[in-house]
Amino acid sequence: MYDFIRKIDDFCGYKNDWVIVRDENTDERYGRYADKRPIEELLKYGVVNLDKPPGPTSHEVAYWVKQMLGLKKVGHGGTLEPL
Amino acid sequence: MTYVTKSGKEYVCVMQVHCDFQLEELKKVLSQFVGTVYQKPPVRSSVKRRIRKRRIHDLELLETSGRLVLLRISSEPGTYMRKLCHDVGVILGCGAHMRELRRTRSGPFTENANLVTLHELSEAVYLWKNCKDGTELEKVVMPMELATCGMPKVLVSDGAVNAITYGSTLNVPGIVALQKFKKGDNVAMLTLKGELIAIGQALMSSEEILKSKRGQAVQPRRVLLARDVYPRSWTQ
Repeated sequence: MYDFIRKIDDFCGYKNDWVIVRDENTDERYGRYADKRPIEELLKYGVVNLDKPPGPTSHEVAYWVKQMLGLKKVGHGGTLEPL
Repeated sequence: MTYVTKSGKEYVCVMQVHCDFQLEELKKVLSQFVGTVYQKPPVRSSVKRRIRKRRIHDLELLETSGRLVLLRISSEPGTYMRKLCHDVGVILGCGAHMRELRRTRSGPFTENANLVTLHELSEAVYLWKNCKDGTELEKVVMPMELATCGMPKVLVSDGAVNAITYGSTLNVPGIVALQKFKKGDNVAMLTLKGELIAIGQALMSSEEILKSKRGQAVQPRRVLLARDVYPRSWTQ
């Protein structure tokens, strides 16, 4: 199994054993190893653990990040107190 | 992101009590809030205002200073901290309100792992855009797959990937490896290269899948991988 896949669960200490159904290889011509994306692609398929200061709302901060990076779509993981 | 939003949360909050209190008394009141609480969403909220049940996993008193109380709370998503502080005040008898709030964990994301400020992010972006140096930005931006930590996963054979990006269910023969899950659980579907294809709902338990040769296994709910990155292998 590709090493990065196990690292996903190590990230938050999640334990759930894998059962390998069969050995199969992946065709190098398609897709991209998830941890080897060039930066433009990483920004499209990435997450930032942002330390939001008090004051601006989550929506405002998400919009700033979107502008900063020139992205089409940016979301956030929830507001503390929605207004 | 909705799936991160729906996972467990941790907060640190400052509560101001409206009268002098005995520490022991406060501790006793706080211990009553661990477990299931009933909450009506506040007036200014984005959900329907009906009383709902929420689980408080842990409520720890970190320190007090006069009438200010510092709390660490771990709870189910959708628990209102402002309401919790208010309710603690009601039980205490003289009222209380929330002064400050900081979320310290949302699903797999904590304060300890890769936390960045807006300043640090904008510096990393500057270095990348103006100095063509992406090393800082690469440290700060994590692959979205890390957001699926804590969720059971299946690995999908190359040939079955593209159909999922078009919304088709993942069937048993397309599964190369899997973790344990129950029917109805949210499951992350990954390629053999570790790319997140989609998040879906299990139509069978992992045990059933291991015993089956065919059948629908996971219904995609949210597709993340672009279409046609992998070849189309179904017949038209």
